[in-house]
Amino acid sequence: MTDAASTTVWRKRTTSRELAMWAGWLVLVAFFVFCWQVMTQTTIWAFVTDAPQQAADIGSRMVPPRWEYIPHLIKPMWDTLNIATLGTLLAIVMAVPVAFLAARNTSPSVRFVRPLALLIIVSSRSINSLIWALLLVAIIGPGVLAGIVAIALRSIGFVAKLLYEAIEEIDASQVEAVTATGASRSQVVDYAVVPQILPAFAGITVFRWDINIRESTVLGLVGAGGLGLRLQESMNTLAWPQVTVIFLLILVTVLLSEWVSARVRHAII
Amino acid sequence: MLRLNDLTKVYATGDRALSGVTFTVEPGQVVGLIGPSGAGKSTLIRCVNRLIEPTSGQVFLGDIDVTKLSRRGLRQVRRRIGMIFQEYALVERLTVMENVLSGRLGYVGFWRSFFRRFPPEAVEKAYRLLDRVGLSDQVDKRADALSGGQRQRVGIARALEQDPDLLLVDEPTASLDPKTSRQIMRLIVEICDESGLPAIINIHDVALAQQFVRRIIGLQAGVVVFDGNPADLDAEVLTRIYGEEDWSATIRKADDEESGDAGDDVLPKTSDPVSEVIDRERLAGLT
Amino acid sequence: MTAVAATETRFAQTWSRPPFIKRRGLRWTLYGGALVYLITAISSVEVNWVRVWEGLDRGLRFIKGFLVPDFTSRWGDIVIGMQESLTMTVTSTVVGVAISVPIGIGAARNIAPLPVYAVCRAIVALSRSFQEIIVAILFVVMFGFGPFAGFLTLSFATIGFLAKLLAEDIEDIDESQAEAIRATGAGWWQIVNYGIQPQVMPRLIGLSLYRLDINFRESSVIGIVGAGGIGATLNTAMDRYEYDSAAAILMLIIVIVMAAEYLSGFVRKWVQ
Repeated sequence: MTDAASTTVWRKRTTSRELAMWAGWLVLVAFFVFCWQVMTQTTIWAFVTDAPQQAADIGSRMVPPRWEYIPHLIKPMWDTLNIATLGTLLAIVMAVPVAFLAARNTSPSVRFVRPLALLIIVSSRSINSLIWALLLVAIIGPGVLAGIVAIALRSIGFVAKLLYEAIEEIDASQVEAVTATGASRSQVVDYAVVPQILPAFAGITVFRWDINIRESTVLGLVGAGGLGLRLQESMNTLAWPQVTVIFLLILVTVLLSEWVSARVRHAII
Repeated sequence: MLRLNDLTKVYATGDRALSGVTFTVEPGQVVGLIGPSGAGKSTLIRCVNRLIEPTSGQVFLGDIDVTKLSRRGLRQVRRRIGMIFQEYALVERLTVMENVLSGRLGYVGFWRSFFRRFPPEAVEKAYRLLDRVGLSDQVDKRADALSGGQRQRVGIARALEQDPDLLLVDEPTASLDPKTSRQIMRLIVEICDESGLPAIINIHDVALAQQFVRRIIGLQAGVVVFDGNPADLDAEVLTRIYGEEDWSATIRKADDEESGDAGDDVLPKTSDPVSEVIDRERLAGLT
Repeated sequence: MTAVAATETRFAQTWSRPPFIKRRGLRWTLYGGALVYLITAISSVEVNWVRVWEGLDRGLRFIKGFLVPDFTSRWGDIVIGMQESLTMTVTSTVVGVAISVPIGIGAARNIAPLPVYAVCRAIVALSRSFQEIIVAILFVVMFGFGPFAGFLTLSFATIGFLAKLLAEDIEDIDESQAEAIRATGAGWWQIVNYGIQPQVMPRLIGLSLYRLDINFRESSVIGIVGAGGIGATLNTAMDRYEYDSAAAILMLIIVIVMAAEYLSGFVRKWVQ
């Protein structure tokens, strides 16, 4: 008895589970190696080994930053802010009804309308705002408007998804109580649903605005206005000192907007 | 006033919550509905205003068969039926006043309610009700800033703001401490007596039911197994409703309370000056 | 009785909701400021309506492209682009996760010594505050066009995302479990292995899958600045006004994102 017990080695997993785990890791590694091979087929390794030199070269050309360029960036900065803010507002206007159609408890038809709303959400979310901008610049021409619409189209899915999840999580007894007073559907939404989702809604909006500031800084790369436009110009003319200034400005903007959004969310909750 | 005829509810899962429930509530009568959890008490009162659709049977409010109504008709009936909930079910992020005024939603159009522009008489009534339940100084507070007893008072005011012909009360004291429970029950019964308002009160606390209502209906597995005077609730009846158990303590406790503080806790007789009770109520309830 | 009381006391007949912002001056300043901003902002948006009008025609063509997407004529390019995007996604997620784990552990205040913590937090902050696109531009300049630059970009972005969340998870763990292991006299590695790893592992797998999702979505964008992947194919299609091919590419992206989301949700459920 004692002999048998002392020779048995305790294992965390049974042998078959252990094997399966190792097999899983092996498959993962093999898959990674395969992907790596495919990906690097066209890679020119000379460029890669050359990279440190390139980096040093560009680095040396990027300093000192050309601070005199800043006045030229004020209008683009203003445009960037507007793209993010107006885009977010436009997105909210469209996302709110979509969210109500997508939430199980407020959707007029779970079988027909809800899948449609979910399709809108997933399409909007799958496509990055830069791609939306690419399409819109082609359609309505370059400029701030294309940027606003691109930001709006990308944000619909984000806002609507988080909002409909918030709607599905509300306390049903409050809805029941308002329904029991003989309130109409729209009154129930106004009195029982909206008050419950308002904090979540405000938080989502500010959060998305923060992300949109980040994204709108580069939309100009495809012609949709804002700072990215100046970035594109500077890179095309190899004006690296200006690029540095723009990069720093973007960095500061992103940090600022993150700070603002954190403060606002903190104040709401 | 209210007549249930052969009311049956079978849920989609196949659970039979109510089978063939038939009884009548007379004008001004306050009925206590007792029974173990899962007996169908909640389902029963929600079938009356069709928050839950009954499977078969009829609900008559006056001459109207509630089960046959269209959506619009249902809204009109619902506004005549006030409802008070177990966990208060106040809209927590709205002010006390908005919660009370929401009892008026069945009477006003969407835009009026959206801009909170309720008719002057509705606002006046809301103020009066809040004064009546002892909350006149909490009007602009948010509902989630109130204590449990205060919230239930708002719930009562909301139901009364509807100008109801019937009150449905679902476990009004389940989340309250014993003292507040008695205050709330007394308040509900008083209000019903004042205006001859009939009510059905779901309650799991037998002693509390015995203390405050004059008619008790016992529900067991969706079937009415007792309907009568609280005094007739003996061990045999309680066993029929709840199952085998030593009931002597429960019954005696109820008796004790009845005899012990008769002048204080028993529901107000007609001779008892109501205003005095209300004042006491306010002093006790507001802290 | 109450009826008598009611006639004696008069009750107000009007009530209005207390305003959200209590201080009157502040309220009007904020509302006024918001209004002024909106008007200035909207009026500063220059719109060339003639161009928009002309563009509607293209928009219509684009919608038609969506109704009849053209998968065939650019199929070769699409396959190469997708292949680059997918392989980029997988490799960058694997490498990104592998690097994130030590950095995430280092950025958790409860198990890392202060100097390590400071360095790791700095790396996280650096990675998070730079836009993927900007990083991609820099990497393309350094490493040349193609998916390798994209791979580096996504790996870099993964580090900031994953290491931060991992560090927060480790900081949030149930201290008593780690304490129990520490009490047995275990070394630092053993504490991490027995006291912390079991608690954060499911979350780490979930987050990695989520990041896989994000990396695919991002891989469709960075091609626009030359970092390879389906974005490059899409950019070319748009430049050539081949809206039906572009529509086909977009639809493929949506389908793959949906599939990835569904699969990762499935795996996450299975892991937890």
